[in-house]
Amino acid sequence: MSIIAQPAVHSSWRSYVQEAKCEALQKLREPAYCLPVIGFPVLFYLLFGVLLDKGEGKAAQYLLATYGAFGVIGAGLFGFGVSIAVDREKGLLRLKRALPVPPGALLLARMAMAMLFAAIISLVLAVIAATAAGVALEPSQWIRLFVINVLGVLPFCAIGLFVGSVVGGSAAPALLNMLYLPMAFLSGLWLPLTLLPGVLSTIAPAWPAYHLGQLALKVVGFDAGQPIGMHVGVLAGITLLFFVLAQRRLSAAE
Amino acid sequence: MHGNRDVLARLQQATKSYGKVRALDGLDLSLRAGQVTSLLGANGAGKTTAIGLLLGLLRADSGSVELFGQDPRELAARRRIGVMLQTAGLPERLRVGELLAQARSYYPDARSIADCVALAGLDGLLDRPYGKLSGGQQRRVQFAIAVCGRPALLFLDEPTTGLDIDARQKLWQAIRELVAQGSGVLLTTHYLEEAEALSDRVVVLDRGKLVAEGSVGEIRAHVSQRRVRCITAVAADVAARWPGVREALRDGEYLRLVADAAEPVVRRLLDADPDLHELEVQRAGLADAFLELTRNSDDTTLQQKEAA
Repeated sequence: MSIIAQPAVHSSWRSYVQEAKCEALQKLREPAYCLPVIGFPVLFYLLFGVLLDKGEGKAAQYLLATYGAFGVIGAGLFGFGVSIAVDREKGLLRLKRALPVPPGALLLARMAMAMLFAAIISLVLAVIAATAAGVALEPSQWIRLFVINVLGVLPFCAIGLFVGSVVGGSAAPALLNMLYLPMAFLSGLWLPLTLLPGVLSTIAPAWPAYHLGQLALKVVGFDAGQPIGMHVGVLAGITLLFFVLAQRRLSAAE
Repeated sequence: MHGNRDVLARLQQATKSYGKVRALDGLDLSLRAGQVTSLLGANGAGKTTAIGLLLGLLRADSGSVELFGQDPRELAARRRIGVMLQTAGLPERLRVGELLAQARSYYPDARSIADCVALAGLDGLLDRPYGKLSGGQQRRVQFAIAVCGRPALLFLDEPTTGLDIDARQKLWQAIRELVAQGSGVLLTTHYLEEAEALSDRVVVLDRGKLVAEGSVGEIRAHVSQRRVRCITAVAADVAARWPGVREALRDGEYLRLVADAAEPVVRRLLDADPDLHELEVQRAGLADAFLELTRNSDDTTLQQKEAA
């Protein structure tokens, strides 16, 4: 007697586009997200890479790579972690799971958004570097830095998502800052590790941020000389691990 | 007439526990087309869990859950439902029109924006950010999102909380229109007058079990008592001793009685006090029946505990 569902002839692409569009509008209208995520790396780069650069442009090159990494790590952690935690608490995630939202639309939209912000950060830094700081790179180097930044945001999306799936919306920003700032420092994103005590260089490969920083530094020739494959492998592993962990938490959570 | 309608969704012997707490204990529930089914129960009775199962948010420990003959986690099944939950937490920075456009994209045959605006009473709100709306306006946006996909089955979880009387009446009107067009509705509400006004069928839950099911009239008939109210000099403690009087209360100049049958008590009241006036007799409402039904099961559990 029950009605068997008619096969719904409906493609999901419109939902994916809508989800991404809404996500973008929401983030771009939120100054409390945009300003720090884009502003901090730019401000730091202007201060340390441009104004205080006394090393004939070397610092400007080094910090172009590392502040790019620093910026996209922030975009990944905060764009994903905090918003998932808040959505979970406010009941939006429950509603989205009940509505016929195509699988993964929300996550894909958020990833696309994090990549968009990573692209903006990367471009702004590149413009400052090329003009104010006088950094001269080959076109292929500019492109490689850009690609590393845009893809490099993904492992940190996954970490942010996992943190957001574990803790609440008010605790997530504090926890992520405790993760973000020390990790950036210990990974040599603010100062070259060679200027820091040797033990910090030894343990640096334990931090995910280190591997993204090294990939970016390799482009400008300031990396520690470890193989690309290792850095890429670690970042890919982290992405997969934390996405799976977060997905489990989110689908178990009512 | 209820039996032969199309069943849209069904729980069969559904059981769900959280740790040691059994939230649903072998619940059977069918939702039919063209009918409002109200799910009533105190907090913790299992309403939210039952909805969670039907929406595919939860997995039953045992028993079966069907939505249009499919697992509710199938997208194709959920494309035929509309959902309004107690809390929505929609993004505050998005405008009403953007939220509607997004929700419409989930459905194969969505209503036009103009239809949604008319049905939910959103005139002039499309360009406003959701976060700047009043609580009642936000509720109406959530209702618009629930109905935008022409759902065959609509889940409304406490839909009128925070609405003023006028807005509530309009929402009831909209729900009646949808039901007249053949949609099924599952309603949960704390307002029993809402269930009374809208329901074709009432299901009362208590501790994860179905304790009563039927039309509003059938449920009310579980409580056969009548309420009698009048202005009289007859003392409450005197009336309380009359046969057939369950309860007698003095409320200012009014005397309030609960009686098994109204007629003998009214006759006796009129005999005792010729000056009696403002006489009113009411049959017990859904609220009384609900209290009675859930209180009964309180008593039985108490007795079971004492016996154990």
